Amino acid sequence: MEVIVLLKQVPSTESFVGISENGLSIKTDDVKWVINPYDEFAVEEALRVKEAHGGSGSVTILSVGSEKAVEAIRTALAMGADKGILISDSAAHNCDGLQTAKILAAAIKSLPFDLIIAGQRAVDGDNYMVGSAVAEFLNIPAVTMVMKETIADRKITCSRTVEGGMVVVEAPLPALITTQRGLNEPRYASLPGIMKAKKKPLEIKSLKDIGLDAAGTGAPKTKIISLKYPPERKGGRMIAGETAADKAKALVKALHEEAKIV
Amino acid sequence: MSCGVLAIAEQVNGVFRKVTYEALSEGRVIADGLGCSLSVAVLGSGIKSNSESLGKYGAERILVADDAVLEEYMTDTYTNVIAGIVAKEKPCVIILGASSRGRDLAARLSARLDAPLAMDCIAVRLDAGNVVVTRPMYGGKILAEIMLEGEPRIIAIRPNSMKIAESQKTGAVEDIALDKGSTDLKFIEKKLDTGKVELTEADVVVSGGRGMGGPDYSVIEKLAGIFGGAVGASRSAVDEGWRPHADQVGQTGKVVSPNLYIACGISGAIQHLAGMSSSKVIVAINKDPEAPIFAKADYGIVGDLFEIVPLITEEIKKVKGL
Repeated sequence: MEVIVLLKQVPSTESFVGISENGLSIKTDDVKWVINPYDEFAVEEALRVKEAHGGSGSVTILSVGSEKAVEAIRTALAMGADKGILISDSAAHNCDGLQTAKILAAAIKSLPFDLIIAGQRAVDGDNYMVGSAVAEFLNIPAVTMVMKETIADRKITCSRTVEGGMVVVEAPLPALITTQRGLNEPRYASLPGIMKAKKKPLEIKSLKDIGLDAAGTGAPKTKIISLKYPPERKGGRMIAGETAADKAKALVKALHEEAKIV
Repeated sequence: MSCGVLAIAEQVNGVFRKVTYEALSEGRVIADGLGCSLSVAVLGSGIKSNSESLGKYGAERILVADDAVLEEYMTDTYTNVIAGIVAKEKPCVIILGASSRGRDLAARLSARLDAPLAMDCIAVRLDAGNVVVTRPMYGGKILAEIMLEGEPRIIAIRPNSMKIAESQKTGAVEDIALDKGSTDLKFIEKKLDTGKVELTEADVVVSGGRGMGGPDYSVIEKLAGIFGGAVGASRSAVDEGWRPHADQVGQTGKVVSPNLYIACGISGAIQHLAGMSSSKVIVAINKDPEAPIFAKADYGIVGDLFEIVPLITEEIKKVKGL
């Protein structure tokens, strides 16, 4: 089994995200960078797929980002992935989802693969888009928001989450799936794993190296024209009362008479 | 402008999701702003008779693909059919709900059409013929205004964020020629709890966190139940295995914006706040008076949720005359 994981380095969800002075990007000085949580599920699932198929084949981590993203790829290698490829190019900065998908698809064209696993979304842009778009550009089926998968006879059967439940879908390989929370519990990198990861192959490539020029990615079709913080919620009032019953009564009175939602 | 706005309806067992009405109502506003028409595409099996009702939300033309192969949503079949409609109708804007199905379809369609896509939009405005949307990023910690360049512009709207408006117009139903194209995906089965209120569409969400102390959410369920609302959970409650992943509210779960959000035993981690701070009214109940959630709540109660929540349920029953 040849498995490719699409991975993105993002600010930790525990981080405060600040807007930089130009109002168009975020401040990156104090950000703690981590593997996108949904991509961690992707790495773990890729390792499990490889293990379930006798450990043959390989797990390749593929990312588009700044050179800093090497850290995230090394972490995935320490978890057990075999090799990493980072597409890092000044022309690839500030790409939108479609452009990123075009770059990933171009890089994948020279790689062998049976399965591609991506996060359902990256928790920075929250686009829910790159995985599906990569599949479209590679002309392979995609199943998104997968909670469970099994592979047999060159087919992958996936349970995908939908509102109110689950739908089970089958796709022929090669295919792409995106992860949903609950798919697995990602392993931690072990100390020997971290040592080994330092010697694993990690290539940094430019757009030219993967046969793309600026025309190949096209112009961005979505352009950020402003970033702002959501309206600040001010703490309201604490409901006081002698007893729990008094508090409950006062709250419902406020919801009924002031907020008018009960 | 000669082009039109195309809304894509979403139905389950012949019943349209609420977000379909939001997409149509917002589609109507965009169409009026651009001076063009609004059509809606309805895909499914045995759905034609219900489709006429969509005219009420402003669609002039209701394009129906009613076929047994469309019984279940499959990404490839639906993308092929919609791409066929787009090729014929040449809309300048496509609008649909950012449900799990809508997101899946919108993403594939965007790549197929090489068209700009904005996911989870909470507002749309026209600026000298340009379409500018507002959408949350970083799980709602930031709101971005995005300009979409190129056509058709695909706008996937976040459930519960647009006004539903009925109009005086009546729509004409048209059958559309169906070309399902080549497909790879095969439907195996589905397991749906249709009685369950969807978290992202609920008007009232009652969530429980670490303070629940275990998987017994009956006090929360009862309170949510009297509103016809949904039950949510914090990440720690989900990590403990007390609630299913589908119930998680937060940056790595679902983002909700109900009219009323009641947080019980939730301290208010930054990633949880990101997922619920766009709720209209927030109530927090927590034992710890220092819990950060109180800084974001319109109303706070310090106390034992197991004592207070049932009392609130009883009070609300009284007010509602139940």
